[in-house]
This record gives sequence, structure tokens and C-alpha cells, in this order.
Amino acid sequence: MKTIKPLLREPRVVIAGGFLLLLLLIAIFAPYIAPKDPLEQDLMLGNMPPATSPGAEPGFYLGTDDLGRDVLSRVLYGSRIALTVAFVAASLSAIIGTLMGLAAGWYGGWADRIISRLVDIWMAFPPVLLSVLLVAVLGSGLHSVIAAIVIIDWTRFCRVVRAETMAQAQLDYVMAAETIGFSRSHILWREILPNVAPVLIALFSLEMGIAVIVEAILSFVGLSLSSDIPTWGGMIAQGRQMIHQGWWVFVFPLIALFATVLAFNQLGNGLRKALDPVMRR
Amino acid sequence: MTASDLLNRLFMAVLTLLGVAVIVFCLLRIVPGDPIAMMISPSATPADIAALRAHYGLDLGLPQQFGIWFMDVLKGNFGTSISQRRDVMELIGERLPATLELAFAALVFGVLAGGVIATLGTLARRTALDPALDFINGLFLAVPDFVWALALVLLLGVFWPVFPLSGRIDPTLSTYFHTDFYLIESLVTLKFAAFGDLIAHMIMPMLALGLPLAAIVVRTLKEALAEAMVQDYVLLARLKGMSPLRLVLQEALRNAVGPTLTLTGVQFTFMIGGTVIVERIFSYPGLGNMAIDAVINRDLPLIQGIVLTFGAIFILVNILVDLIAGWLNPRGAAHG
Repeated sequence: MKTIKPLLREPRVVIAGGFLLLLLLIAIFAPYIAPKDPLEQDLMLGNMPPATSPGAEPGFYLGTDDLGRDVLSRVLYGSRIALTVAFVAASLSAIIGTLMGLAAGWYGGWADRIISRLVDIWMAFPPVLLSVLLVAVLGSGLHSVIAAIVIIDWTRFCRVVRAETMAQAQLDYVMAAETIGFSRSHILWREILPNVAPVLIALFSLEMGIAVIVEAILSFVGLSLSSDIPTWGGMIAQGRQMIHQGWWVFVFPLIALFATVLAFNQLGNGLRKALDPVMRR
Repeated sequence: MTASDLLNRLFMAVLTLLGVAVIVFCLLRIVPGDPIAMMISPSATPADIAALRAHYGLDLGLPQQFGIWFMDVLKGNFGTSISQRRDVMELIGERLPATLELAFAALVFGVLAGGVIATLGTLARRTALDPALDFINGLFLAVPDFVWALALVLLLGVFWPVFPLSGRIDPTLSTYFHTDFYLIESLVTLKFAAFGDLIAHMIMPMLALGLPLAAIVVRTLKEALAEAMVQDYVLLARLKGMSPLRLVLQEALRNAVGPTLTLTGVQFTFMIGGTVIVERIFSYPGLGNMAIDAVINRDLPLIQGIVLTFGAIFILVNILVDLIAGWLNPRGAAHG
């Protein structure tokens, strides 16, 4: 409990965390919350404006798209893909990047040289182009999107964890542990990793925001999921094409995307501040 | 940075670019979908297909294909685009200027806007304006270029349609140019109508790319300025009666600009990466937009050429950043 208290004193953590918790509940209970079936088409009810506008169709609070599908239900269902991608992609990136970063930062030598060179090569690719390319190679679908994000973004964790591990390795407690006679791997897992963890947690939250954006970009380009499955990026792309007929198909998923990315970002920065009172970075 | 450091850095850059080349080449060999199948007419015989495969060298082994391709790349020959049936270098040469103009415009905007706001924020230290500025800047830091681009489409393209939503220039004006650097050429040849139209088309993608950069410049520069403002030489200048604005611009800024410049360089490479999706959103005819089309069309030679071009630009910018950092701060530049 001692670690929870300073977190609750950081307003960004409370507000952003609360919003994301709410979003998680919406994603889990979408079938019960959504007023309509997100896939149900009714061409007679195409392009209906939101409830406050004249000519709105009762029951479709945020209007309908050109195929007559309920925008509100689709935005609510879109949170499922967004959060799934965010959590799975960020977790896998974190695991791979952390292992590589620890290896490079702690063992140094050849491990460091090879991993650092690999990161350099990775950084020479424009990330959006590489993700589009990877999804084209892997074939579209949820697995490919997640794989593409992990293949690109493990370097974020790797770079930070490597630098942090090197910094920790200089500190007195590590030398003390060596003097006592702990093994190298014991020090790495039991002493260094727990001290790298605060940075890792903050980075994890930031990465979830990035993953949501990348999924939206891939959906926007038309490479993520089939258009049947409601995604925010897919809706935004659809709305962009018919933006002069109806702004609502474009605006509401964009607001959802914006709020989610902002929340992950603020949560990450808040956590970084709360978990690391000295703010060494 | 000594000469041997620089040589070492260049050697590493070549190695990195070679790594990029190998990865791109390997990736593209496992792309599902046959590019030949996309370009043949339905009436083609198997012999026609085999002839076409041989023509593009697709019947050889992978190491052989890489060897031939890489030797050609070294000679500046990226082959022929499959979807556009034109020389890849020529296509890249046509599109790259549009992307470079956009990226530099966004860089200039980001640094200027960020610099002005950071200076104002420093002058407003210990007033209510300062925390408000930090809060707003924190929000700006969280918004990526993709979201900016979409928000701008909505605000300045639809609700308050002041700027054209897509393209680089009005088609009626684009036939007069001799080079592909439209913006520079229109300025040099004093074609102000074309220049104005180019700027109007460029403003939204430039803002989408430049605003995140501006936010980063504000944060870094403001922190560095805050540190510089309490140094002895600044205090001395203040005691001598120098005005606050001159104090910031003449004394503090000179010493605070180093870290900002380095970070701006790093961010510039991210921004060039960002042009890919921003160009797509605004149908801006640059390299990134063509890259996505190339991926969708499975146009292997074109994809390879574009990715290598981006890779070369990234590596070049990084070397330049290192050189500038080494020149600004000879003590602390050794890394990597």
C-alpha cells in the first residue's frame, strides 16, 4: 500500500487512470452498453445526424454512417480493439525490449555491441512506413497489427532499459551486492530489475498510447482489420471520405482516439513523476 | 569530434544502411502476393509469365538477387517500378523535393514557434501564465502528428474551410515549374500567386508535423533557459540593468540553445518519419504518400528505393546532429 498512496496524490494518475478504467469497463461490457448492434446496416437510415441536430433519427444518439450503422455503438465497440492492441502489443514490446536492454546494459561487450547496432538499424526506418510494410508482409488482421507494433517498438524499451541498467550498475548498492558475493544474474534480476521497474511502468503506459495510434493509422490506411469490425481508425478513414456529407462519423471516433491517447500519455507521465520523486530525467 | 571519430561514425552509418538494405530485401521476399500476377493481362500464357519473371530477375536465388540488386543500388540504380513502369530513382527524385520542402517548413515552424513561446514563458516566470503554459504544452506534447492532422482536416478544412484539404498546388498552376522544388522555385522566380497557393496547401500538413516539434522545443528550451537564468553571469547582467528580454535573448539563450538543438535534430528524424502518414491524410504528393501506394501495390523495387532513401536521410541527419553537438560542446559529445 505504501507505493499506492503517492500515486493517488498525483492528479494526472487519478484522472487518466479513472478514464482508462471506465474505457476498460466499456470495452468489456460493450454488448450490454451499446444501444444498437454495431454491424447492423439499414440503408434507409444512412447518414443520420446526431440526436441534437434537426432531422435526427430517435435512438441513434451520435447519428449513423452511410450504411446506416449506429456511430455510438461502433465507437463503443471500437474500444475493444484499441485496448486489446494497446495491452498485448505494449506487453510483448516491453518483455522483448527489457530483456534485450538488460542484456546490453548489464553484460556489455558483444551483447551490447550487437544489440546497439540492431537498434541503430531499426531507428533508420520510418516507423509508420515500416509498420505498413510489415502488415503488408504478414497479411492484415489483429495478429499482424500487434506483431508489427512489437517488431518496431521493442527498441523504445530496449534503449531506455539499457541506459537505466548502465546507470544503476554504477551505484553503490550494486557494488555492495557484488562484494557480498551475489552472482551476476542474481544482481540483475533481484537488484537491478526492481530499480528499473518504475521507468518501465511509465514507459509501458506511454507505449499503450503509441500502440493505439499505430493501430488507428493502420486501420486508416486500410491495412488493419476488415471493415466489418468497428475500429476507430477505420471509422475515421470512412468519415474522412464522406466528411462533407456528415462530420459525425469522423468526429466521434477521433474524440475517442484523442481522449484515450491523451489518457495513456498523462498516466505515463504522472506515474513517472510519482514513482520517481527525484525526476532524474 | 576528431577525424577518426568522424570516420568511425561514417563507417557505422554505412554498416547501418547495409543492415537496412538486408532487412528490406529479406522482408520483401516474403511478401505474399505475386507482383507479376498484378501486371499481366488475363490472356498471358505461362511462357509470357516466365519471360516476365526472368526479365525482373525473379527466377534467380535469393543471395543472387540480393547481390545483383545491391550492386545496382551502389550504382544508384534502383530498378524499374512495377506499378508505374518507370525508373525508381526518377520517381523518388520527383517526390523527394515535395517531402523535403514540407519537412523543412515544419522544422522552421516548430523551432520558431517553440523558441518564441519558450522565451515568453521564461519572461513570465513566477506569474500565473507560467503554469498555465506548462499545462497546455503538456497537452500538446501528448498529441501525435496523426491526430493533429485529422483535427486540422476537421477544423480548417471542413468547419472553417480556409485551406485546401488535399494536394500540393492547384493543378492549373503546376505546369509552369522547371524543378520539383516548387516552393523554392516560385519564390526565386517571383511567382507569388503560385507561392501563396503552395503555402496554403502546405499549412495544414506543416502544422500537423510542426506542432509536436514546437511542444518539445518549448519544454527543452524552457528548462535550459530556467537553468541559465540563475547563473552568475545572467545575474551580473541583470544587476547592470539589462532589460529582461535582452537578458533572455542575449545572455541566457546563447547558453541554453545547445541541448535544444541536439534534441531538435533527433526529433527532426521522427518528423520525417511522420510525413508518411501526414502526407497520406492530406493527399500531399510526397515520398511517404507514394510509399504507402507502393506497399499497397506490392511494388517491390519502389518500396526498396523509398525505404533506403528514408534510411539514408535518417542516418545523415543523425551524423549532422552529432557533428553540431560536438561542435557546440566539445566535452560531452562522445557517445554511441
